[in-house]
Amino acid sequence: MSTDTPSTGDDESMTEAQLLARIEELEESVAELEADDDQKKMTIVATQGTFDMAYPPLILASTAAAFGWDVVVFHTFWGLDILHEEKSEKLQLSAVGNPNMPMPNALAALPGMDRMATRMMEKRIDENGTATIKELIDLSLDQGVELQACQMTIELMDYDEDDFHDDVTVGVGAATALQHMAESDIQLLV
Amino acid sequence: MSESFDIAETLDVKGASCPMPVVKTKSAIDDIAEGGVLEVLSTDSGSMSDIDGWAEGTSGVELLEQVEDGDVYKHYVKKTN
Repeated sequence: MSTDTPSTGDDESMTEAQLLARIEELEESVAELEADDDQKKMTIVATQGTFDMAYPPLILASTAAAFGWDVVVFHTFWGLDILHEEKSEKLQLSAVGNPNMPMPNALAALPGMDRMATRMMEKRIDENGTATIKELIDLSLDQGVELQACQMTIELMDYDEDDFHDDVTVGVGAATALQHMAESDIQLLV
Repeated sequence: MSESFDIAETLDVKGASCPMPVVKTKSAIDDIAEGGVLEVLSTDSGSMSDIDGWAEGTSGVELLEQVEDGDVYKHYVKKTN
């Protein structure tokens, strides 16, 4: 028999008061666990910096915050450009290798085509009443979303911490992202 | 039917699309008093499913009714606590 299994003698040696105290302890921890469970957490890792790929993480993050979830978006590599004050204004849609573009790749590769495709998309977005990237960033921050900029890639891309929108969290790395992911109900890589 | 609710505030998000109706609804709900009913006016057809889903998954709110009135989708959300 395993030594971990309490013998009947041990059970009997617990007084009623001890048992009641133990029950109370367990009830408290169950209540704590249930309370923790109420607060959903989501972590999104945003790695892409094209105009179209900036949208999904920001839309999901701001909506999740509206649910009252605790949301972190960890931006790394080209995903940093979404948070970069200057670059986020100039994100481009790639016309090349995009099968949804109504033009062959040979044409799409011509100079100025990415710019044209981006302008077209921006026009559609405006007509559709879809928010701009800047609006979604502000909205996310207002709603309490934590937008993180990966420190290693800030340095790799030769960016400066001051280049990013105010309220963006800098000085974080993979371990910070993993820590939040481990506690998250939802983890997405975009 | 909406006349039966005592509307505390009306949020007009006509013309705005996902995720704005839900996100703005959440902000507006935060600003009204407990027990108050928020009326949300939207032209986004996705708002019918989205605000329903949001209300379902969010504590402290209750979706009382959703009405399609021509091009406008009307939502009535109560702040329960």
